[in-house]
Amino acid sequence: MIREPLIFEISDEGKRAFFLPELDVPSKKNILNGVPTREKIEGFPQVSEVEIVRHFTRLSQTNYCIDLGFYPLGSCTMKYNPKINEKIATIEGFIFSHPFAPQDSVQGNLEILKTTEEFMAEITGMEAFSLQPSAGAQGESVGMMLIRACLEERGDPRKTVLMPDSAHGTNPSSAHICGYRVQEIKSNEQGTVDVNDFARTMTEDVAALMITNPNTLGVFEADIKKIAEIVHSKGGFVYMDGANMNALLGICRPGDMDVDVIHLNLHKTFSTPHGGGGPGSGPVGVKRELEPYLPVPVIERGENQYYLNFDRPKTIGRVRSHYGNFLVVLKALAYILSLGPKGLRKVSEIAVLNSNYIRKNLEKEYHLEYKAPTLHECVFSDKFQKKHGVGNIDIAKRLIDFGLHPPTMSFPLIVHGALMIEPTETESKRDLDLFVDAMKQISREAKENPEVLKSAPHSTYLRRLDETTAARNPILKWNKEIEE
Amino acid sequence: MNYISLSDRDIKEMLAKIGASSLEELLCSIPDDIRLKRDLKLPKALTEPEMLYHFEETARRNKYAEYLSFLGAGAYRHVVPSIVDYLSSRGEFLSPYTPYQPEVSQGTLQVIFEFQTLICQLTGMDTANASLYDGASGAAEAVLMAYRLQGRRKILVANTLHPQYRRVIKTYTKNLDLTIREIMYSESGRVDFADLNKKLDKDTAAVVIQSPNFMGVIEDLKKISESVHNHQALFLVVVAEPVSLGILESPGKLGSDIVTGEGQSFGIPLSFGGPYLGFMACAKEFIRQLPGRIVGQTKDVEGNRGFVLTFSTREQHIRRERATSNICTNQAWCALRATIFLEALGKKGLKELAWQNVQKANYAFNEIIRLKGVVPKFDGKIFNEFVLEFERPWPEIDKFLRNKGIIGGLSLEQFYPELINCALFNVTEMFRKEEIDRLTESLKDALK
Repeated sequence: MIREPLIFEISDEGKRAFFLPELDVPSKKNILNGVPTREKIEGFPQVSEVEIVRHFTRLSQTNYCIDLGFYPLGSCTMKYNPKINEKIATIEGFIFSHPFAPQDSVQGNLEILKTTEEFMAEITGMEAFSLQPSAGAQGESVGMMLIRACLEERGDPRKTVLMPDSAHGTNPSSAHICGYRVQEIKSNEQGTVDVNDFARTMTEDVAALMITNPNTLGVFEADIKKIAEIVHSKGGFVYMDGANMNALLGICRPGDMDVDVIHLNLHKTFSTPHGGGGPGSGPVGVKRELEPYLPVPVIERGENQYYLNFDRPKTIGRVRSHYGNFLVVLKALAYILSLGPKGLRKVSEIAVLNSNYIRKNLEKEYHLEYKAPTLHECVFSDKFQKKHGVGNIDIAKRLIDFGLHPPTMSFPLIVHGALMIEPTETESKRDLDLFVDAMKQISREAKENPEVLKSAPHSTYLRRLDETTAARNPILKWNKEIEE
Repeated sequence: MNYISLSDRDIKEMLAKIGASSLEELLCSIPDDIRLKRDLKLPKALTEPEMLYHFEETARRNKYAEYLSFLGAGAYRHVVPSIVDYLSSRGEFLSPYTPYQPEVSQGTLQVIFEFQTLICQLTGMDTANASLYDGASGAAEAVLMAYRLQGRRKILVANTLHPQYRRVIKTYTKNLDLTIREIMYSESGRVDFADLNKKLDKDTAAVVIQSPNFMGVIEDLKKISESVHNHQALFLVVVAEPVSLGILESPGKLGSDIVTGEGQSFGIPLSFGGPYLGFMACAKEFIRQLPGRIVGQTKDVEGNRGFVLTFSTREQHIRRERATSNICTNQAWCALRATIFLEALGKKGLKELAWQNVQKANYAFNEIIRLKGVVPKFDGKIFNEFVLEFERPWPEIDKFLRNKGIIGGLSLEQFYPELINCALFNVTEMFRKEEIDRLTESLKDALK
């Protein structure tokens, strides 16, 4: 196999991949007199166009991706990314528009943003949306800022944010950067929040409960309304992490569960591609009471045209430039329009079916710590395999040899050696069966030939990588000396 | 339309295997009293041709592209080599998740490693991260980072830092006990040194300076750096137009401790403001406080070189509330585009690109200021933007230009109440001489 070098290693003086037209204005030599300039950018590459195309094509071929196969990363909702949405996001009228363009010259864009906000509000049962947050984590911070701003106006921002011990790691981090102390709530034996326990924990010093529903085990928090009532009776707010919204489309709505703030992940539920780690988009939806605090600008529907409203005295301000990841929003809107109300409900029904099919097929081979019914994902553990010295990491790496992507393993923290599996609705029965068969074979291998798991993967461009050395002796960029 | 891959028979077989009689039965854990008992009120599903028609129609309601526009202000129209679109649209780059499984993500990881290297080379810093959301939130993250490193509570921000960036810094720091104070600009358009030195003291954690600044003027980073470091504060340099790094001395060489900025200029279309590309680089000793993902080099069990996400103990999924930032999903695909862009332009190309920007903007500037009724607002050296002050009200001139099919500069009064009838013009390599001359001619008519 060709080991693809770093571009810097094939660079050589005089090679070029791109040429600018000749300068067509009179050139002035001393134009930057007195300003420190650079002779050259030390180490910058010089390669030909062919070399670049082959470099990136070869590199791309070492990536696994949703276009290639099953990607059951729990909580990440790796569904197929429809290609028509990509095409729509390259229409010139959209991609060439400047964010400071006069508002009358970008009415199409403003309509897209406003329509998407309204559709999101209908889907979630919330009353207003901001599309500004760039990803889920930024949506979480915005949600917490809104709550804090409202509480501050009431006279006391309070000190604590509660969250279940099954929460995703971003939740505590987002609450913390908003100046809150994080207090964990212990899950009960069903893996959910215990209402009676919770009633005792909730005090008037708690600003908000951050809850994910269905939670990270895939279990629906059926007492959500009672929980919300308790929070509200003490003057707090309910924040719902919408990462698992793919289970609920058209079936039930967070707004109807008395949730006050929610963020969505358009790169999960609404099919926009993850791009190897971004861009995402994390719109935030709120009930009326929190609406005055939303980031600026807010898009308004005037009599004859859409306009941007910056005159919002109670706003928390801005969390990024302009209006959010516009092209990502555009793709999500295209997705909603392509499915319609019935199609969206079908998404969730089939996502739940696929997940339960996997759960049923694997429940003998893999330990299921929590037995409650699950929706769009299920969380096994490596407990059975541990007896043979095989951990979830080994199971994950061995899956790669079957041409499949591993499940999520880093959380929920309440399951040791977690294997969190979310198949999504777009997968065929054949792909699900391939996964099930692979998992069963791996379970057999764990007993009969654990070495083959511990040394997996065997079939990849590179074998298992040493992450410890990477952290201990950091090499974070190419430089000539290290290579020589 | 739908993207379901199950046949009716599959569904039946799968339900039978599960032991459920219907799809509905699988939803039994959701209580009845919170169920939605109607269809969502959304338009009925569209087919692909209908969608295309609908969105092309919507795009046509954007009239912006019909104008010759000189808007910049942190979002720039630059050349995009065709290989950027071609390579970045490959499903292998577009459709994977974050590279948590390095054995099946070497492509993404190596690209990020190359991106980090290119950002270090451009900024003159030791270490760069894998990307942040955009320039504005990047600046805010840099401020938080400086606060963690210094423990001091005062941040000085040039008021020639992009107004949106300043707003984001304010929002991000509001719930922390930090004081943000602004430093004025002088007649040159650069930072007012007297004001800077007056405000710098032992409580100052960091000084944030954009260069070229929001007025298009290139700052004297070296001189500022000396003042900042005399007070043991950190020097944060923001680069909103990174093409400038092709010709200007790197901030690292001029004394910066943290460099952050907006990478949109590198192969990312204007896109009505997003997705863009935040980047951040810092000196080696600060790496443990750097926010966001970082890729490092390592070896596999057979000794082959490979790449992995590293230093994840800084990040939220390990450290939870003690993380350096809550960011997880970033702008990886935009960083890929920037990487292809920079490698295509290369050492000579980027320099030439920067040079053409300086030349064309200065050409436009010099042609226009010869006209009666308009004067340059500042006398500092510019990169590819400049501020003009008009004798007549700017809205009148703007309207006149619009009628001639031109969107002139950005009115500055909305951000700086004292800059009445001032507008910020941007000229990049994309403007042909005839187009620049058309602006000059139209302004001449407008000023008659």
